[in-house]
Amino acid sequence: MIGSLATLLLFQLAGEIVVRLTGLPLPGPVLGMLLLFAALLARGSAPRVFNDTSRGLLNYLALLFVPAGVGIISHLSRVADEWVAIAVTLIASTALAMVVTAFSLRALTTGRGE
Amino acid sequence: MNRLAQVWVYIEETPLLWLALTLCVFWLAQQLYRRLGEFPLLNPVLVSVVALVVILAATGTPYEDYFDGAQFIHFLLGPATVALAVPLAGQARELRRYWRPIAIALSAGSITAVASAMALGWLLGLDSQTLLSMLPKSVTTPIAMGVTEQIGGLPSLTAVLVILTGITGAVIGIPLLRLLGLRDPVAKGFAMGVAAHGIGTARAFEHSERAGAYSGLGMGLNGALTALLVPLLVWLFGL
Repeated sequence: MIGSLATLLLFQLAGEIVVRLTGLPLPGPVLGMLLLFAALLARGSAPRVFNDTSRGLLNYLALLFVPAGVGIISHLSRVADEWVAIAVTLIASTALAMVVTAFSLRALTTGRGE
Repeated sequence: MNRLAQVWVYIEETPLLWLALTLCVFWLAQQLYRRLGEFPLLNPVLVSVVALVVILAATGTPYEDYFDGAQFIHFLLGPATVALAVPLAGQARELRRYWRPIAIALSAGSITAVASAMALGWLLGLDSQTLLSMLPKSVTTPIAMGVTEQIGGLPSLTAVLVILTGITGAVIGIPLLRLLGLRDPVAKGFAMGVAAHGIGTARAFEHSERAGAYSGLGMGLNGALTALLVPLLVWLFGL
């Protein structure tokens, strides 16, 4: 498990370093994720303990958002001022994105013997 | 009395209090969510954030003091983002088989999510920092916050907008697609993941295992694509 955590942190570190060296417009951990994805595909399979540790961490993903979310306390007046526009944009844009994605995929996969 | 004051001084200075309280509040929120039949508006993240904001406001605690303790939880977002590669790699076979339709649907959905938020927010007169913070709303929080930080928005506002987007997608997604006559679990699941990240994925898994797997795939792919797309669009439109 220590080895698995170290691996995750090293991939994150590699992502952060590459982003800073190249000026890529990506968050370091996202590049770390892409690098790990490539490594997993190249390797074929990961050790079971690594998969278990990663899934274990992802099981608590929701908790990890809380400290950042509480930061909304610094923006309460902004939200109070703009909540109607925020709500309309958020709901309409989410619905649109969902419909466009679902119907594109269906149009492209029908008749493929799914 | 003097001793009590000393204890309070100690508690105020250690990160222990807010770290422990964050875990307790989240645990309680999770219990509440499960007991009341996983009603989407009782999303544990949303409930925890509201409860902690109320506690901070009531005790007059500055966010910086709270974050001194809670940062230990926040730090784990980085390695957790990296760990998203694991379930994604688990979908590698499906990905190879259907890469072309998946790539096209993903691009269409991802561009729609960002461009429609940009256009609507602009039309409705959102403040530019609010607008920037809203652009990566459809992707999982760690990625969205990283993107917002990069383009000069407010990461903590993004965190809340992302959670609200996930809840919106989870509540309206399946009824909306059914209303429009879509039955295919693959298309439904993938769309939930692209538009409503992890919270949408959790909902898709309740619908069916297959929808959930594709939702996870959509969430992971859109996370990577949006991280590239948002800075590009911001640069193109000069926001």
